Amino acid sequence: MHYFYHIGAFFLMLKEVFKKPEKWKVFWEQLFREIDDLGLKSLGIVGFIAFFVGGVVSIQTALNVESPFIPKYLIGFATKRSVILEFAPTFISVILAGKVGSYITSSIGTMRVTEQIDALEIMGINSINYLVLPKVVAVLLFYPVLVVLAMFLGIFGGWAAGIITDLFFTEDYIMGIQLDFDPYFIQYALIKTLVFAFVMVTIASYHGHRVSGGALEVGRASTKAVVWTSIVIILLNYFLTQMLLG
Amino acid sequence: MINVHDIHKSFGEMHVLKGISANFEKGKTSMVIGQSGSGKTVFMKSMLGLFDPDSGQISFDGRIFHDLSEKEKRNIRKEIGMVFQGSALYDSMSVEENVMFPLRMFTSQTNKEMLDRVNFVLDRVNLLNTNKLFPSELSGGMKKRVAIARAIVMNPRYLFCDEPNSGLDPRTAIVIDNLIREITLEYNMTTVINSHDMNSVMEIGDKIVFLKDGYKAWEGSKETIFKTDNEAIVDFVYSSNLYKKVREAMQNE
Repeated sequence: MHYFYHIGAFFLMLKEVFKKPEKWKVFWEQLFREIDDLGLKSLGIVGFIAFFVGGVVSIQTALNVESPFIPKYLIGFATKRSVILEFAPTFISVILAGKVGSYITSSIGTMRVTEQIDALEIMGINSINYLVLPKVVAVLLFYPVLVVLAMFLGIFGGWAAGIITDLFFTEDYIMGIQLDFDPYFIQYALIKTLVFAFVMVTIASYHGHRVSGGALEVGRASTKAVVWTSIVIILLNYFLTQMLLG
Repeated sequence: MINVHDIHKSFGEMHVLKGISANFEKGKTSMVIGQSGSGKTVFMKSMLGLFDPDSGQISFDGRIFHDLSEKEKRNIRKEIGMVFQGSALYDSMSVEENVMFPLRMFTSQTNKEMLDRVNFVLDRVNLLNTNKLFPSELSGGMKKRVAIARAIVMNPRYLFCDEPNSGLDPRTAIVIDNLIREITLEYNMTTVINSHDMNSVMEIGDKIVFLKDGYKAWEGSKETIFKTDNEAIVDFVYSSNLYKKVREAMQNE
């Protein structure tokens, strides 16, 4: 029953999120601030992780295809598939659930326990709409950019790792990348990214908005938000993969 | 004028407000006093619509709050200024942005008009040249003054203050009290203050409502508070040694 209560409360929150903003000018200002906070400030970590995970995928693949009967271009092929289909959309979303999700929960939660949200409500402002809608729009606009960047850097990292360790030649790797390329895979990855980004912001905001108490409860809510976001992302990944590729 | 009639509020098994009624008049500073846990904050939050009372009604100049549509409630809230116990300033905004926030949300003024108004109210609370500072750079008293400036920037009809003196030294507390009193008279507002600070009560309390265990145990003015025989208020007022000595001196006279 407890879970049903939270699911109901979550959807009631979504109803408030998608109301018309009190003032569009303020909404646009908030939106650009959120793109900076939630998107641009994640560029570094996304780029760093994508580059090195791409490298690890290609090295692992290269070390596991030592047979002379298996062509070397399969390393590029496997790296491309892994990075585009799973690593960039899913793995990056789980990482961002930790970084951005906890930031959202703790910032909204701190506003709640320091009565800043009450101050908004008393002024007659729909606090959920004011705080959450710009975040939702910001991640829906910017996370596809982050994921596409992660795809490029992952594949580039795979190539760089192979060249540095002398495990394959550039020509083989490029042939593997070009082999059997299906643009639908990019579409599939971006659909997953949009769903995961939405889930991440809304679950984190829900937990932040419901905090009561003090610093300890804000910390607990942040942890809970990251755990639930990760669980929902992993479950949705399973169903989306079946729906879109099955 | 704010009229509260027989409000009850429970949280689960806990009955916090047990049929409180009171009137708060325009141009006067009314104090709601009582020990911690007596229901003052729940009472104020119920008046502000942050909690829905289980029964009873609250009206703002004849407009019964709980009968209004969401839009009408929001309109009433735009007429309310609130000073929170912890000031509740927005951390990510400077002093200027904090005070300007209600103007940006609810008016179509130009930047210059808004800035003029912000500077006017900051001057009114004696806080000029702090526009670009952030809340983390302000002292407790300065935060309270910014909160008051933000509360009055829209010329509200009703001002609510939740323990405006908590955490302040006695001298700053008196400055804040007098500021609230002056502003109440200047803007002819209906001001309601939650407090358990007897100095504030004696300084600015035109009307006093005393809550105990969720009931209204006494109602009167600062002139009558020392003369009452009501046991609950006598216990509360004379709980400090200073006031015990004042009472002894009065009795000896």
